[in-house]
Amino acid sequence: MSDVARTGPPPGEGETPPTGEGRVGGRDPIASAEPLAEADLTLATAPEPSGERPASGRWRGLVRAVVALTLFLVLAALVWEGFKFLAGDPWRYPEIGFVHHPPFRILQATDRQLPHLWDIASALAQPVQRNQQETLGGFLVGAALYTWQEALIGFAVGAVIGLVLASLFVHSRLLERAFVPYVIASQTIPIVALAPIIVVGFGRGLIAVVIIATYLTFFPVTIAAMRGLSSSDPRALELMRSYAASKWQVYRKVRLPASVPYVFTALKVAATGSIVGAIIGEGPGGVPAGLGRAIDNFNQQYISGPEKLWATILVSALLGIAFYLIVQAAEALILRRRRTARPG
Amino acid sequence: MTTSQGPTEPQPPVSAAVRLAGVEKSFPVRDGTTTVALSGIDLDVAPREFVSLIGPSGCGKSTLLRIVGDLIQPSGGTVQVNGKPAHQARLDRDYGMVFQAPVLFDWRTVEANVRLPLEVMRFSRAERDRRVREMLDLVELGGFLSHYPHQLSGGMQQRVAIARALAFQPALLLMDEPFGALDEMTRERLNAEVLRIWAQTRTTVIFVTHSIPEAVFLSTRVVVMSARPGRITNVVDIDLPQPRTEQTRETERYFELVTEVRESLRGRITSSAARARAEGAIG
Repeated sequence: MSDVARTGPPPGEGETPPTGEGRVGGRDPIASAEPLAEADLTLATAPEPSGERPASGRWRGLVRAVVALTLFLVLAALVWEGFKFLAGDPWRYPEIGFVHHPPFRILQATDRQLPHLWDIASALAQPVQRNQQETLGGFLVGAALYTWQEALIGFAVGAVIGLVLASLFVHSRLLERAFVPYVIASQTIPIVALAPIIVVGFGRGLIAVVIIATYLTFFPVTIAAMRGLSSSDPRALELMRSYAASKWQVYRKVRLPASVPYVFTALKVAATGSIVGAIIGEGPGGVPAGLGRAIDNFNQQYISGPEKLWATILVSALLGIAFYLIVQAAEALILRRRRTARPG
Repeated sequence: MTTSQGPTEPQPPVSAAVRLAGVEKSFPVRDGTTTVALSGIDLDVAPREFVSLIGPSGCGKSTLLRIVGDLIQPSGGTVQVNGKPAHQARLDRDYGMVFQAPVLFDWRTVEANVRLPLEVMRFSRAERDRRVREMLDLVELGGFLSHYPHQLSGGMQQRVAIARALAFQPALLLMDEPFGALDEMTRERLNAEVLRIWAQTRTTVIFVTHSIPEAVFLSTRVVVMSARPGRITNVVDIDLPQPRTEQTRETERYFELVTEVRESLRGRITSSAARARAEGAIG
């Protein structure tokens, strides 16, 4: 009964003027004997526990996410520099007349381990290697775009595979029982162990990387789509049955649209997952560019220039966040008209 | 059995819109026993009749409606709809269904919601558009085509559900407490509207309710049921003149019939006594 509230408006909502249907507090004395006796009346008007969001709330949610992210980044920067202020290397900035000797000294807060944020930022403006024109920032943006391209293909392929698998599983208990355990087991294999096998199997290059990105994408989509495809109001399914609708029609017109909010929740997870997959895959995958390769390179130069690796990590994180926000914006756009209970 | 004011007289059983004979339904319970939800249900509904099923919670009235609509299978007995088994009737799209909740699809506009059964049944585009408009005009929501369900009130949503159920002109309209979640004012307004639609479309209606005034006001016959096991204890012919209006609710006969249904529900009137009283009143 709880999903009655999903299709109906909140009980408090007034009647709109065009029909002139009013609301009254009291009940017809004749009517009061029977209707109130039925307990499911109150259940029918109880609000959905997971809550409803009006369409405009999704945009507001997006703005709120950006504000929250900014706040988080500011806070993280304060913690980072605060740690260095308390226990890092001495701060020597004679040009602005500031010298500070932190009271404590902890290895993890030294400039080697945890460079100042402004050192990382200024590293972005310096050349990647000596004698090269390209700045680190420009190089990393190029690498990020390359990685995003791999991730995007993996994301798309993974989403389609996830949706197809989920569609098969919700229509066949046999398939579900036979394969869902392996789908789950597949995610227990560490991707770093699997990556070399995929590279051997498919050769070095873009395809291997895309497969690894796909591997991290399809799983959340499969699980969420299975839930979403089974989330339809049972009475909606009865309604379709009364129309003598075919299985395909039920799928196309009821189950699939009902699963969209669920699928989007998974796509947001998959967006960041596909980027992690692409970055991990680039090492063994042997592609010429990308953030994964940059991480490999700057790892070897860590002792001489830790800022480069940190800058790469920063750009990788920003790429993940950007992809996440793009999916969230797409969700807000596509579901803008809907007012529906959101999963999770 | 006389429905003196119905559009047609429920006469020959061959032409019955719905014919239930010895319908039983029992559900297995966890401990291995069974619960008898319905027992020995015999009921004929004539074409264009408006029959209400009324009874306490758990009397199986909704179960009975679902059996008629071939949404669940009876454990025993036969269900004939327009002379066919219920299953065939469903495949022939003889049923329009309206539930207590509107069950509208929140990703479809009002227009697209009403269009859904027409899409499923592969009506031509032109025919779809024509019928959607016609049906929304019928429920007086012609100005709300491109609204989304959440923009409508509960009563308006239920009218969309009615328009959707009637869009493909089913022979039989099955309504399961359609106004149970609405306030009394809206309910009375929609009752009048349902009667107008019934008169215009000339469909047969089976209407499940737990509101006595609603059952009396709407129906040509009220079937009173009791619980554990669910069975029919009385059938009250509603001889209020048609068309019924708000004034009907204030007539003495209306109150008499409300009382009669109420006392039937309390088990004070057996079937035969009611029949005698009803006949006495008519005579």
